[in-house]
Amino acid sequence: MNLDPFLQWLEATPGSLYIRESTLLYPIVETTHVLALCVFLGLIALLDLRLTGLGLRSIPVSAIAGKLLPWALFGFVLMAVSGALLFYSGPIKAAANIFFRIKMVMIALTGVNALLFHFTIFRKINDWDSAPVPPARARMAGMVSLVLWCGVVICGRMQAYNWFTH
Amino acid sequence: MDFLPLFQWFEATAPGTIVRESIWMFPVIQCFHLLALSLLGGSVLAVDMRMLGFGLTTTPLAELGRRLHPWMVLSLVAINVTGILMFLSEAIKCFYSPPFFYKISFLVIAIIYTFTLWRRVVESEPGSFSASRNRIAALLSLALWFGVGFSGRWIAFY
Repeated sequence: MNLDPFLQWLEATPGSLYIRESTLLYPIVETTHVLALCVFLGLIALLDLRLTGLGLRSIPVSAIAGKLLPWALFGFVLMAVSGALLFYSGPIKAAANIFFRIKMVMIALTGVNALLFHFTIFRKINDWDSAPVPPARARMAGMVSLVLWCGVVICGRMQAYNWFTH
Repeated sequence: MDFLPLFQWFEATAPGTIVRESIWMFPVIQCFHLLALSLLGGSVLAVDMRMLGFGLTTTPLAELGRRLHPWMVLSLVAINVTGILMFLSEAIKCFYSPPFFYKISFLVIAIIYTFTLWRRVVESEPGSFSASRNRIAALLSLALWFGVGFSGRWIAFY
C-alpha cells in the first residue's frame, strides 16, 4: 500500500503548516509530549519495577495497578495526542524516519505484552498480590515492558536526529 | 561579575570537548537523561499525588516515600551526570539561553526543597502535618519539578 499521496495531502493541510511554522505552538506541543512521558512512563515504570520485584515490594501489585494505572492512562492520552500533533506537523519526514517506524512497532508490542499479561498471570493476581517477588510470568511482563518503553523513548529521541532516513 | 570566561572554560574541559566532537554521544546521553527524567517524574508524582489524596491512597505516605526514595536519588544522580555532560559540551550556548537559567534556578530550588521541607513532610508521622499543609507541600513540589522540565525542554529552542 502506498501511503505517499495521503502523507502529502496531510502535510499540505493548513493545520499541519500552522504547527510546523509556529514559533510557539510547536515547542509547546513538544514540551507537552516530554512532560506527558514523565507522567506515563514514570508511573508505568513503578508498576514494572514492582512486577519485576525490583522495587516497592511491600505494596500490593493490585494497589499499584489499580490506583496508578488510571493516571498513567491519562499521561498516555496526553502523550498520544501531542505525539499525533507532532506527526501531523511533518508526516512525510516522520514516516520516512527509521526510528519513528521502530518506535511504532515497539509501542504496538508493548500493547501485546500488556494484553498477554492482563489475560494470563494477572487473572491469578490474588495468589501473588503481596509476594515481594512476583511469579516468573509477571516478572517477565514487567521486564519486557521496561525494555520496550525504554526503546520507545530512545527511538523517539533519535528520531529528531534523522539518521539513516529512508 | 562576568561569567562568560567561566562558561568558556566549561566548554573547553575534556568531557565537554569529547561529547561535542562526537556525533553519537550527545544523542545517547540525551536518551539516558530522558529515561532518568521519566523515573524521577514517576516517583515524585506518585508521592505528590498521594499527598493530594490521589493514587496510592491505601499505602501510608511515609512508607511510599521511603520506598520511592532510592529510585528518586538514583534518577536524580543519572539526570545530573548526563545533564552536566550535555552542559559542558555546549556551555557557551547555555550561557546565552534564558531557559537554561530558569531551569537551573528551578532545579537548585527543587533539589533543596525536596531534600529538606518536602522530605520532612513525607516522612513525618501521620497527622503531624495538616491535610492542607500536605497539599501545599505537594503542589509546590509539582510546580518546581514542572518548572525544571518545562524550561529544560525550551533550551533547545531559545
